Amino acid sequence: MSRPSARTVDLIVVGAGPAGLAAAIELRRLGATEVIAVDRESEAGGIPRHANHIGFGMRDLHRITTGPRYARRYVDLAERAGVDVRTCTSVTGWANPTALSLTSPAGIDMIAARAIVLATGCRERPRSARLIPGDRPLGVFTTGTLQQLVYLHHQRAGRRAVVIGAEHVSFSAVLTLAHAGAVTVAMVTEHPRHQTYAPYRWLSTGRLRVPILTSQRVTRIIGGRRVEAVELTDVHTGARRLLACDTVVVTGDWIPDHELARRGGLIMDPATRAPRVDGALRTSARGVFAAGNLIHAAETADVAALSGRHVAQTIAAFLDRGQWPDSPSVPIGCRSPLRWVSPSAVSSADPPPRRRFLWRVDAFVESAELRIRQGRRVLFRNRYRHLVPTMPLRAPADWLPAVDLHGDAITFELGD
Amino acid sequence: MSESAQRDPAATYDVIVIGAGVVGAAIARELSRYRVRCALVEAASDVGTGTSKANTAILHTGFDAKAGSLEARLVRRGHSLLRGYGTAAGIPIECSGALLIAWSAEQQAALPAIIATAERNGYTAARHVSVEELYRAEPHLAPGALGAIKVPDESIICPFTTPLAYATQAVVNGVDLRLSSPVESIGRHADGTHAVRTPRGTLHSRYVVNAAGLHADTIDRWFGYSAFTVTPRRGELIVFDKLARPLVSRILLQVPTAVSKGILISPTVFGNVMLGPTAEEVPDRRATGSTAEGTASLIERGRRILPQLVDEEVTAVYVGLRAATEHSDYQIRFHPEQRYVCVGGIRSTGLSASMAIAEYVVEGLADAGLSLVPVDDFRTVRMPNIGEAFTRPYQSPDQIAADSNYGDIICHCEGVTRGEILDSLRAVIPARSLDGVRRRTRALLGRCQGFYCMAAVARLVADRNQQSIPSLLALDPDDVTPIGSHS
Repeated sequence: MSRPSARTVDLIVVGAGPAGLAAAIELRRLGATEVIAVDRESEAGGIPRHANHIGFGMRDLHRITTGPRYARRYVDLAERAGVDVRTCTSVTGWANPTALSLTSPAGIDMIAARAIVLATGCRERPRSARLIPGDRPLGVFTTGTLQQLVYLHHQRAGRRAVVIGAEHVSFSAVLTLAHAGAVTVAMVTEHPRHQTYAPYRWLSTGRLRVPILTSQRVTRIIGGRRVEAVELTDVHTGARRLLACDTVVVTGDWIPDHELARRGGLIMDPATRAPRVDGALRTSARGVFAAGNLIHAAETADVAALSGRHVAQTIAAFLDRGQWPDSPSVPIGCRSPLRWVSPSAVSSADPPPRRRFLWRVDAFVESAELRIRQGRRVLFRNRYRHLVPTMPLRAPADWLPAVDLHGDAITFELGD
Repeated sequence: MSESAQRDPAATYDVIVIGAGVVGAAIARELSRYRVRCALVEAASDVGTGTSKANTAILHTGFDAKAGSLEARLVRRGHSLLRGYGTAAGIPIECSGALLIAWSAEQQAALPAIIATAERNGYTAARHVSVEELYRAEPHLAPGALGAIKVPDESIICPFTTPLAYATQAVVNGVDLRLSSPVESIGRHADGTHAVRTPRGTLHSRYVVNAAGLHADTIDRWFGYSAFTVTPRRGELIVFDKLARPLVSRILLQVPTAVSKGILISPTVFGNVMLGPTAEEVPDRRATGSTAEGTASLIERGRRILPQLVDEEVTAVYVGLRAATEHSDYQIRFHPEQRYVCVGGIRSTGLSASMAIAEYVVEGLADAGLSLVPVDDFRTVRMPNIGEAFTRPYQSPDQIAADSNYGDIICHCEGVTRGEILDSLRAVIPARSLDGVRRRTRALLGRCQGFYCMAAVARLVADRNQQSIPSLLALDPDDVTPIGSHS
């Protein structure tokens, strides 16, 4: 270590996106003196920096703005709140369970903190991780890469694009392509229908007349230097056809950026693929918390920010009283077609952010009863209608006091 | 032939090496020790972009090669040469060792013969390990293994740095590297000098070395031979996330059976885990696409060896074409009367054997009359380290203090700094494409495959090469106008 910092700060936040900045701002407001937020990118603000469309800030800032404006607003608020925001600063590992190793153009550093928040967010799975077969030409992007090319670097990305996916972010990709002068030839989804809200769909694909090809899987990417076509296979009939294009955008299929959490040996939740956290967003390691889209990939930025604000409250109490649950938390699991539940554990009656559990399904379900049970004991039941894969679903948290903190695992499941 | 009219005798090379893969680059490097005018001619726009870039990245001992074959001899010699050279030249090499595992009685019965073959090949360190020792060494291995052989000197190596190091050293010692120069035909002057035609002009040379990999048979036919035909063997490989790395310590091989050579699971020098390869004969020499069947079969077979591996994220899927022929051995043939050497059929061991092949070929050229006078000052090279086992710039306080660009991490998944990317763009053989940067620095090679850094890396490459980002992404010129300048 070239410049080991002798001191221990109150809080280090890893990731200065909406969740991380909101946590840092709130903890300063609650009286902590030294709060550092590090981000590996050259600008703080996270993903909204390059999500250049309207729809940010409704739940947290109570105004609706664009992604870049929203990101700037949080950076301003953080600076005004006295948060030490450090960009171009990568956390390269854990120096010990309460200290992080950092690399930045200023050198290599180590900072110890009384509390650490992991707010590293999530990313879209790239084409390779989805095992989409075929050639490997240029012109295959995730929405994230596409938006950086278009909005941060003002470049055209292609002329004729196929968008894989039909969830919110896929429609965002269509708008980005249109902004960059590209035609979206089609959106392709393996599901029987699209997965977004009607107005949003109308704004993008309706207005732009983009066909949504349902029940189709991309089974091959074809091209030499650049993409030339994709092969589609009907998931029911097996019928194949080619669709000419020079660009493929793979969208959604979020995975949390959980590497730091795993390298720190935190207990992971297999469903969210995130560190297991309780309602207070405590991980399995004392003093280490997690918030934002790291623990629920992916919710909108305002929901991530509110989870950051929430974790600051519990950190303030921890810094004040030093309390940490003695016994391991009760894990929350789920059964198919549920995909994940967040937070993923219970260790006290502390409610989660917004007093809600977040969950997702893998399949379309017309009507079903959500049951939350511990062993055979049903803690909560409620009927839900029109469940759509990747769409945000919520469950109240008022059953928490009924949990036996030394009892069996909790299960979320759907019944008739 | 009537080429002499336009030919400047001073512009005649002593040797032209066709193909800047790992074998051709090694030969050019070996020739650059001597006062020999040499050109290394490559069809692609960079070094090492064919078979050399998509292989299992293993530096083999040759323990299991066919005893008595040329391949066995050259792999054994190449292994020791490259281990020494790699250390000096900064090529990431880790001596992980390998375990050759028997899962069936048939495979178990074959183990003694494998040790005997290794000994016949001059490799005496292979030994039996008990089942207990095997599971102690590799606790994540699936249950059911019956026995294994440990091969302590099998190593993992960076397949990207190796040909680049050879070619870089060749260039700094005076070899002309001619990229983007596919050889279209080869003619002969009255004095026997070869006329090698490329779209960028005709090159003249006293000797020609054919190291054209998948196309070596085509060129061999121009010289009047049809001793072999290349039938590419396609190998698909899956690279798993770095978080899978703790699952495996050594190269895990399967004892070959009558049906299959088996797949391997291996750590990589970048800190990932590799699974593969498939082996499928394909007629098309450009068929480097992956297939749903290939990846599915690899994952299924990988699950049976290391069950937890396949639960980790896939970082990349690669496909390489091995230059297999109808023969089981290398097809290296000297034709002194034509001053021509064919270096064909270098199947999957070319990386391991490369330096020994180079030595062998250059000796053959000397026998054919090429004069070899050593240069006075053969310059060495030191490549930037991109291996996980050695210090990287982002971990080096001194490097960052000397240049803060080495503290500015651009590719977060692989820990690649702005300083390293800029270095790759200014190297002796500079990167001119995203793939060129990828192979020199690891940028874009990681788990996000460019989600975070592709745009930033593209900007650096484009600016350095005075190219637009869309043209770097292979878009039509019509599409290169930046957004905003269109009305």
